[in-house]
Amino acid sequence: MAEQRAEQRAEQRAAEGLAAHPATMRAGGGGSAYFAKVGAIFAKDMRAEVRGREVFSTMTSFSVLAVLIFGLAFDLRVPRSEMIAPGVLWVVVLFAGVLGLNRSFGAEVDRGTLSALLLAPVDRSAIYFGKVLANLFFTLATTLVILAVMFFIFDVNLFHPYNLLAVLLGGIGYVGVGTLFAALTANNRARESMLPILLLPVMVPVFVAGVGLTAAIVDGKNFAELSQWFNLLAVFDAIFVVVAFLLFDLIWEDA
Amino acid sequence: MGEEGLIVARKVAKRYGRKRVLNSVDLVVPQGEVMALLGANGAGKSTLMRIISGLTQPDRGEVLLGGVSTRRAGHEIRRYIGLVAHAPLLYDNLSGWDNLLFFARLYDLQRPAERVEAVLHAVDLWPRRHDVVRSYSRGMTQRLAIGRAILHDPPVLLLDEPDTGLDPASAETLAHLIRTLGASSRAILLTTHNLERAVLWADSITLLAEGKIAQSAPAARLTAETVRGWMAEI
Repeated sequence: MAEQRAEQRAEQRAAEGLAAHPATMRAGGGGSAYFAKVGAIFAKDMRAEVRGREVFSTMTSFSVLAVLIFGLAFDLRVPRSEMIAPGVLWVVVLFAGVLGLNRSFGAEVDRGTLSALLLAPVDRSAIYFGKVLANLFFTLATTLVILAVMFFIFDVNLFHPYNLLAVLLGGIGYVGVGTLFAALTANNRARESMLPILLLPVMVPVFVAGVGLTAAIVDGKNFAELSQWFNLLAVFDAIFVVVAFLLFDLIWEDA
Repeated sequence: MGEEGLIVARKVAKRYGRKRVLNSVDLVVPQGEVMALLGANGAGKSTLMRIISGLTQPDRGEVLLGGVSTRRAGHEIRRYIGLVAHAPLLYDNLSGWDNLLFFARLYDLQRPAERVEAVLHAVDLWPRRHDVVRSYSRGMTQRLAIGRAILHDPPVLLLDEPDTGLDPASAETLAHLIRTLGASSRAILLTTHNLERAVLWADSITLLAEGKIAQSAPAARLTAETVRGWMAEI
């Protein structure tokens, strides 16, 4: 019965034609319309990932292999795995992140869909924030996988709440700048090598603060002793996300 | 909307490096008119389409859509433009339904699902709506690309070689759509290499050669042979 009703409705729609269902666009809409568009871009990237499995699977495969290789490399020479675990965590997060960031706008360019995004009546910053949310989701999900693998390989539990906060703050700064640079290099034929060359030097403060935080957490230091690193990450996030938001519009002047 | 034309290009010029692609092009497409923009490969048709759509900025000159300069207008002017480009501008790993629903949300459409359903019926893709686009034939992909371009019912429709690779049935669906859409209050600018279709589908024909308008005339006075003669002269 339900199928029949759906078929009848479809036939009715087909007979009515386009004129019976005119496209009415909401005018203005303010903040709610803006965030709805950010959400639509984020949801589209999630849906594309579920269907295509291009980003998350690549990032996690790389991460698992990298942690295994680090585990083998340091197994013979390092007396305590706590000494190297913070460095391994942040190195793998940064390099795995580059893989995801490269696909963020690279896939749009390869499919020719970037023009469709730029043609839509959307503030460019909404595209930026939609992409930032998707990249942040992939980066944080990959980091959780890295932490789980490190627990087994290095026998170090890095699922400490302060460390998770450090990963979140570091991830926001990394993805905020990385998404801007991914957009900058998307049309470049050598984008796979251009992105890390541009991005990683800018990420030095995040990397240093992240390793410092994770090492201090492993050493059992209290929050007061960690606060300088958290402050550094928070300031980095605030400055670079605002700068990226302001610059993003200029990238697409002549797309 | 402007009285002189829905699409107006004034002295539009564009260079890529040393190559001058467009050289002071003036073009007017009034409301309710379908204009076919013809020319050999490299004549500057696609560049002009991209400039009118706002995807590329001209070096000189300006484009007015409904009397509003695209350079000075904010992103809201993009509500008035629908573009079918060489690439389908679709996500091949999403279904036809997901593609159109995504764009309906970006264009802030009210009752997006109803509009998407109507468009999918119009381009004859309703039965395949849940299939991913990469499983579509060339003709089906092109029909969905047209569906994406008309989803928000734009008054300015830019169709850059929309008939390339279409089978006869898909070409007929496209011809029907152009006739239906062109009869309403919009301006359609299309490019094609098929002169017979250009004369049949368009109200006026404009020939672009070496970045300049070489000829322009109402389609009713022309045949494909006449246009072929123009092109041979150039």
